[in-house]
Amino acid sequence: MQALYAQLLVGLINGSFYALLSLGLAVIFGMLNIINFAHGALYMMGAFCAYFLLNIFGLNYWYALVLAPIAVGIFGMLLERTLLKWIAGLDHLYGLLLTFGIALIIQGVFQNYFGSSGLPYAIPPQLQGGMNLGFMFLPIYRGWVVVFSLVVCIATWYLIERTRLGAYLRAATENPNLVRAFGINVPRMITLTYGLGIGLAALAGVLSAPINQVRPLMGADLIIVVFAVVVIGGMGSIMGSVITGFALGVVEGLTKYFYPEASNTVVFVLMVLVLLVKPTGLTGRAT
Amino acid sequence: MAIKTKISALMLGTALALAASTGAFAGDKNVKIGVLNDMSGLYADLAGPGSVIAAQMAVEDSGLTKKGWKIDVISADHQNKPDIGVNIARQWIDVDKVDVLADVPTSSVALAVSNVAKEKNSLLLDSGAGTSDLTNKACSPNTIHWTYDTYTLAHGTGTALTKAGGNTWFFLTADYAFGAALERDTTAAIDAAGGKVVGAVKHPLNTADFSSFLLQAQASKAKVIGLANAGGDTVNAIKQAAEFGITSGGQKLASLLMFISDVHALGLQTAKGLNLTETFYWDLNDGTRAFSKRFQDRMKNHAMPTMVQAGVYSSLLHYFKALDSLGENPHDGAKMVAKMKTMPTDDPVFGEGTIEPNGRALHPAYLFEVKSPAESKGPWDYYKLVATIPANEAFTPLDKSTCPLLKK
Repeated sequence: MQALYAQLLVGLINGSFYALLSLGLAVIFGMLNIINFAHGALYMMGAFCAYFLLNIFGLNYWYALVLAPIAVGIFGMLLERTLLKWIAGLDHLYGLLLTFGIALIIQGVFQNYFGSSGLPYAIPPQLQGGMNLGFMFLPIYRGWVVVFSLVVCIATWYLIERTRLGAYLRAATENPNLVRAFGINVPRMITLTYGLGIGLAALAGVLSAPINQVRPLMGADLIIVVFAVVVIGGMGSIMGSVITGFALGVVEGLTKYFYPEASNTVVFVLMVLVLLVKPTGLTGRAT
Repeated sequence: MAIKTKISALMLGTALALAASTGAFAGDKNVKIGVLNDMSGLYADLAGPGSVIAAQMAVEDSGLTKKGWKIDVISADHQNKPDIGVNIARQWIDVDKVDVLADVPTSSVALAVSNVAKEKNSLLLDSGAGTSDLTNKACSPNTIHWTYDTYTLAHGTGTALTKAGGNTWFFLTADYAFGAALERDTTAAIDAAGGKVVGAVKHPLNTADFSSFLLQAQASKAKVIGLANAGGDTVNAIKQAAEFGITSGGQKLASLLMFISDVHALGLQTAKGLNLTETFYWDLNDGTRAFSKRFQDRMKNHAMPTMVQAGVYSSLLHYFKALDSLGENPHDGAKMVAKMKTMPTDDPVFGEGTIEPNGRALHPAYLFEVKSPAESKGPWDYYKLVATIPANEAFTPLDKSTCPLLKK
């Protein structure tokens, strides 16, 4: 029984990453209608950004937590202004192919310079060590990841669903011309939204840097699972993707305990089941 | 002008094609080497493009080009997938007339490619793969297994740790041919040394998060947690074991297969004190240092060679020696392997050795301990030598080999 609690908690930790990444994907899909396959590559860039900040500029983890999402977010906005805006309004397939290509290029460039086994990034001294919870030894850093990503997820949800800015955004997706008529700069808003989604991916990258190696393919391995999470949660649904992210982390953690061989397929089995029963995803609305 | 250049390029192409197609007669001195490995995934740093550089260095150092030989080195990415590896191997042998398939890490791919080499009478010079099955039940007259195998690792690290008091073991095993072979061979070595295996968990190849598996290992209370995996998997497992307080809680990690590229990726702070078994280290003697320095200068990220990359160099040098003594390329894999088995091996990187009738290349192995940051004198100064395992103890003894070739 104790082991089970431990596995639940570990699942929740992985779920935080799924939640942060699928949240970014959901924001981008919901607002821009782009299936952003470059998300994993930008998550990886976030982690590399943290590494560079530490090793070139001497700026530690706490700076990276703020600066890396901004830097990568700006890079994302440049992508949007130079490439993605040309395919706005076209079929989803174009966006998917374009962003997939971007991801391959970014990963290839990083791999060329940094190899595949990656670079070490230490846990910040303030979050080192762990505490004994009775049923398991919880590294403090992992606890921090869960709490921090939960806060970020809720803040993002609040920003989009409950503030005036969020209302503009949602209105702009619904009917851009009308919102424009009210004197709101819709293209700029779209760019900023893409930047926000990418910033969330980069943030997840910084959070994961001390746990995993900072590797060029760290995002490629994760992004497929995250897409499954988004599909299960319902494309474009913000709360749906957050909850599904955490829930699937737990399901995966339990699978690792009961039948480890299936741990990297269980998410896809669930995806198939959900699609069969409810094609719009658990929280998605039919359009 | 542009048209003229195009035409002359076409003519040159035709001439080359003709030259290539008429090449296969007696006195043929054309050779094609295909380096087949993981170019972009979790094993790319321990094999990958570095193995191609090693192969090119072997071509240059063989001195054959000066004697009129024409040797080409090509490469491809098998993505650690047996079906992809087999397809490339077939195309290389059938269409591109490749003579030697070199490196081929990832045991599942190596076993499949070894079958292709046998079927087509080609030649597999395996350096990267670990499974000892390649020279046991799956041995082939067309395959030589060069650098190391799971038996070496088991009898190096496994035996040493068990004898040092780590008599209960729990395995984290990569869920494919290599992991299974390594767990099996290490279990045998632990049993022989008086230890006991209390449990094991199989994880998928290329796992980012090991926390679930590590918790199970922690709960087993085994004194040693054996990592029967490789490359990025080993790196992640070690890093996260430190995080979960496994090593500070008194359990010891046994990284059964670890390469210098993994130690480099982990950093000495995390990797210090780990024991590992390798058959090559750049700082062993003057020969290894000279080779490694030249290799390092040619690597884009200035990495030192791993034992897999050094093995590609060493095995190809031996192949070229055999070619040289024959005077021509017979384009006959089994014949080349038979010739190579009759010649003693000797090069600056692996030293002197022999090749057994089952295709196993013999040379000493070394048990190393990873230095602490304070002990390390500079970049890549990572290992201190604990023990040298003589060649006859490092590999399966011939009378224990289950290779069908040995039965008359």
